[in-house]
Amino acid sequence: MNFQAVKSIYAFEMNRWRRTVLQSIVSPVISTSLYFVVFGAAIGSRIETVEGVSYGAFIVPGLMMLTLLQQSVSAASFGIYFPKFTGTIYEILSAPVSFFEIVLGYVGAAATKSIILGTIILITASLFVDLRIAHPFWMVAFLLLTAVTFSLLGFIIGIWADNFEKLQLVPLLIITPLVFLGGSFYSVDMLPPFWQGVTMFNPVLYLISGFRWSFYEVSDVSIVWSVAAIGMFLSLALGIVWWIFKTGYQLKS
Amino acid sequence: MHPVIAISSLSKRYDSGFEALKGVDLEIDRGEIFALLGPNGAGKTTLISIICGIVNPTGGSVSVDGHDILADYRAARSLIGLVPQELTTDQFESVFDTVSFSRGLFGKKPDPAYIEKVLTDLSLIDKRDNKLRELSGGMKRRVLIAKALSHEPKILFLDEPTAGVDVSLRKDMWEVIRKLRESGVTIILTTHYIEEAEEMADRIGIISGGRLLLVERKADLMRKLGIKQLRLELREPLSALPAELQGYDLTIEDDGKTLLYTFDREGERTRITSLLADLQSAGIRVRDLDTKQSTLEDIFVSLVKEQA
Repeated sequence: MNFQAVKSIYAFEMNRWRRTVLQSIVSPVISTSLYFVVFGAAIGSRIETVEGVSYGAFIVPGLMMLTLLQQSVSAASFGIYFPKFTGTIYEILSAPVSFFEIVLGYVGAAATKSIILGTIILITASLFVDLRIAHPFWMVAFLLLTAVTFSLLGFIIGIWADNFEKLQLVPLLIITPLVFLGGSFYSVDMLPPFWQGVTMFNPVLYLISGFRWSFYEVSDVSIVWSVAAIGMFLSLALGIVWWIFKTGYQLKS
Repeated sequence: MHPVIAISSLSKRYDSGFEALKGVDLEIDRGEIFALLGPNGAGKTTLISIICGIVNPTGGSVSVDGHDILADYRAARSLIGLVPQELTTDQFESVFDTVSFSRGLFGKKPDPAYIEKVLTDLSLIDKRDNKLRELSGGMKRRVLIAKALSHEPKILFLDEPTAGVDVSLRKDMWEVIRKLRESGVTIILTTHYIEEAEEMADRIGIISGGRLLLVERKADLMRKLGIKQLRLELREPLSALPAELQGYDLTIEDDGKTLLYTFDREGERTRITSLLADLQSAGIRVRDLDTKQSTLEDIFVSLVKEQA
């Protein structure tokens, strides 16, 4: 195991982030605050509680998931896409590192970034509403697993993309809609029965539901399903990454 | 002695169907400077990329100091430093950081003193804290060399090291390469400048169309390249060589209208003056003349013809 290389890639990525840390932190904090103003204060004032939780507090886990998913995907996809774009990837491919080590470095850094941001969102949110975390262990577990899983997804997108448009496409067209329609801002019970059924096919629903359960013990689906879903995503992402490296897809052909 | 790199029947077909390498066999000796010469698109970069692990081969095998590049890639790659053709750098990193990063990637513990020594050897020490985007092209090239040397490799690949580099910097680069060789590093460089191979290499391999056409010691190849031809266009056609001219390497061409004299440019005497005198005394009048040196291009052409 080439730990030195993992450390180098991780430190390189974190350094890159540090150079632009202000914009990396400020933009999610501002957008989260906006969500609170719009959904929490303006619209939320007309919704008393959702399943016994004040609306402002209800949307916090969803907002964290939104940031976590978006930031994991964008940090990891950009991290691996950029060396491909500039050509510096030659060095990583020619170094005595295994694919596992490359992934560990890039995905580890991306997950770290999104966890830091998620935590900042949590702190920001606590300024607006009263938060209660019923199951801290599960809350941290969901946070970690989601960050890692979606950083892996970002890594896959970064490998697959051969231009900047594709890099933007998946987060914009898939991740954001899935999060919005996955019950970030509402309980699935509030939907008409037909749309409730459709929502059950949205994988992100299971993440948000599980994450919310770790806060307030209310959930749209059973926690068992949520854990199974995150486990399934993780295995799927790992499988695809394994295949990419086995075949050299978009890297070594 | 074992070759430090052994390549056998190496082939590469890209997804597009393009066959970049068609069964290359080559052995690189320890401590030599080997120049891989060939026109653009000949397969030079593909060959290097496969050995360094950047491109997967389609067939064949490569071992580096006895380590297979696929089965035992860690050991093989640890020995190799690569300076790519393109000036690809992380624009926002500092010189020192980017070179240290390379060392880390190769699994070596940080060693600022060694990095500083490499930077000093490459006259980069003044720029150690500069961002890469602030450097000139020549300086960036040096940074790429520093990155390749950061993990103390035993074998150094230089892909077109002096492409787009001005003359004085090119001389500096050659000096750097010579010093490296003296320290025991095996060097493989690709180039399409014959002068570069002439200046640096112990052996030269010529590659074209994905085939290694020839591998020779430089001295032998230069002898071939030293051959020149004098073409004499005659006023009246000649049916046979007169006695005075029998001692020259002459051939009659073009229905007797042209005489072709082959001589060695590197030889002590080319005998051109005496040939012209003998032509005059034989009463042969010359309308026009020109000389032609067999170039690398000619060698390519004749080699490719032989292959066909």
